[in-house]
Amino acid sequence: MTTTATRPDAGRSRAAIAAKTLRTDRWWFPPLITFLGLGAWVTYATVRVFMHKWYFVEEYHYLTPFYSPCITERCVPEAALFGRFLPDWWIIPEASLTLPFLLLFRLTCYYYRKAYYRAFWMSPPACAVPDGHQKYTGETRFPLLGQNLHRYAFYAAGIISVINTYDAIIAFRSGDGGFGFGLGNIILVGNVVMLWAYTISCHSCRHIIGGRLKHFSKHPVRYRMWGFVSRLNAKHMQLAWITLGTLALTDFYVMAVSAGWISDLRFIG
Amino acid sequence: MGSKRHFRVWRGDSSGGDLQDFDVEVNEGEVVLDVIHRLQATETPDLACRWNCKAGKCGSCSMEINGKPKLGCMTRMSTFEEDETVTITPLRTFPIIRDLVTDVSYNYEKARETPAFAPPAGLKPGEYRMQQIDVERSQEFRKCIECFLCQNTCHVVRDHEENKEAFAGPRFFIRAAELDMHPLDAKSDRKEYAKEHQGLGYCNITKCCTEVCPEHIKITDNAIIPMKERVVDRRYDPLVWLGRKIFRRDQLENEPAHAGVGGSGGGENMAPSNSRGVTGDAAGVPHSSGRLPEPPHLGPDGKLDVAELLSQRPGGPSPFGDEQTFPLPADRVTYHHPEPGKDDDPDQGGREH
Ligand code: SF4
Ligand code: SF4
Ligand code: FES
Repeated sequence: MTTTATRPDAGRSRAAIAAKTLRTDRWWFPPLITFLGLGAWVTYATVRVFMHKWYFVEEYHYLTPFYSPCITERCVPEAALFGRFLPDWWIIPEASLTLPFLLLFRLTCYYYRKAYYRAFWMSPPACAVPDGHQKYTGETRFPLLGQNLHRYAFYAAGIISVINTYDAIIAFRSGDGGFGFGLGNIILVGNVVMLWAYTISCHSCRHIIGGRLKHFSKHPVRYRMWGFVSRLNAKHMQLAWITLGTLALTDFYVMAVSAGWISDLRFIG
Repeated sequence: MGSKRHFRVWRGDSSGGDLQDFDVEVNEGEVVLDVIHRLQATETPDLACRWNCKAGKCGSCSMEINGKPKLGCMTRMSTFEEDETVTITPLRTFPIIRDLVTDVSYNYEKARETPAFAPPAGLKPGEYRMQQIDVERSQEFRKCIECFLCQNTCHVVRDHEENKEAFAGPRFFIRAAELDMHPLDAKSDRKEYAKEHQGLGYCNITKCCTEVCPEHIKITDNAIIPMKERVVDRRYDPLVWLGRKIFRRDQLENEPAHAGVGGSGGGENMAPSNSRGVTGDAAGVPHSSGRLPEPPHLGPDGKLDVAELLSQRPGGPSPFGDEQTFPLPADRVTYHHPEPGKDDDPDQGGREH
């Protein structure tokens, strides 16, 4: 037998392991698809927001969520339910009232934070893979301290979801003004349902609805709501991606119908 | 039947080390810890590895297997391909002692600093009453086996040694959350504490702690994010701030009214404990000046005494000394009975056991 004990020496350092990571699985794959997926979506959304056309199908009152509510002077009057008070300058999006809040909501969302910290900021790209940065202070300082604004963005997103719901309801219209129903309606309603699910599954919502309580037993109704939101909350990541999909799909469908590339598939009217 | 598989195991101590190659027999149903034990029984009797239960419940056998922080006893060999090389290294985040054993004092020192449970005033032990739905959330966090895999994986300290002083780590965020959500904990400023003294803000919720937790505790979703939201309640919510200014409503709803109220820093009753531990890891003392782990006593030949092997009877010696018989005679008892008068009456002393 060799010696049975070593005396620790004065170093007290970490184990000298040369490899930065010894992971053998494809750890780089999830951040890569996140990077590509988010990158593609942001590119599409930016192009569409500054396109300033093909956002409204007048006949059936389909308005894309990217242009709702439409408030610049450029807006088609029928689409502008909230008035047209912003100047017609290309850099001003039609939905200037809501887009900043939606952007803030998604940027400060606890899921998207994880996604972009990993995929874009490499902090860390994957677990047990080194952080790409020398210094790290996390969310303790400006500007990342601002992530704490998520709650206000959530309130705003709730209001915006109401507007989107209204848009989806008034779209049940036929060409002559009566009741109508087409594929576009299914897409708009589907999008709104998913937007609500995403918004309600928010971690801030879970906290406000009941998570902040110390004694659930004294608040049975809030406890049940908390339970419901908690179940949705477990799906927050999936909902975050699904809503990106439904938003892009809705916008694309409205664009395609509006530009005349396809015509809406009508069931009634 | 068993087959030979290829392993690379890190061997060394704080003066250096490297990955060494071994071919070890692996049988059906075995886990990585079995392989370590086979190595100890064959080629490398002095390979150091910490373990106890081999059932995923003691949290001792934390190591990194193919770069992933895992419990050695819970990682089945059947999860690897037959021809796959399995690389086993010690936890990276903590100072190395030897081979697969690291010094995890950092965690114990952070634990010491966390203020303990405080029962509400006026309630004696035995009078505590809680409803199940009120303790449910805290119970999830009690599943923690203190394997410190989460602490090891968290990039805040894994990749940034200098953050160790400011950052307590996910295991202690769940501790703070457990107590903050506890229906009877009288301290109301655990959120302030988590922000000011535990460095909750350093966490960027990238969820690696949740990914590696062998108890599947939803550390990020159920503890860290709720704690971050609770901090927002107190610090970044202008409505709450305004309400507090106007109505002097210092407590969030339903929190015991007798608990201390803090401005920044969590109030007096939430000051971290002064108890620092001995190695200074948690306090950010550089490794070179911290206290060293103590070596076992070695005989003149440089070998350990293994007392158990020489003992005439199985098992370890009695802590009371081998010459003791039970029950203990009253005059040998070294403690006082808490109730007055009981010490004088050996028959009622409750000493016999
Ligand atoms: S979620 Fe936070 S505490 Fe957990 S590993 Fe990531 S940074 Fe560390
Ligand atoms: S929270 Fe999970 S990973 Fe962290 S120490 Fe406890 S059991 Fe281990
Ligand atoms: S030996 Fe106890 S957890 Fe692995």
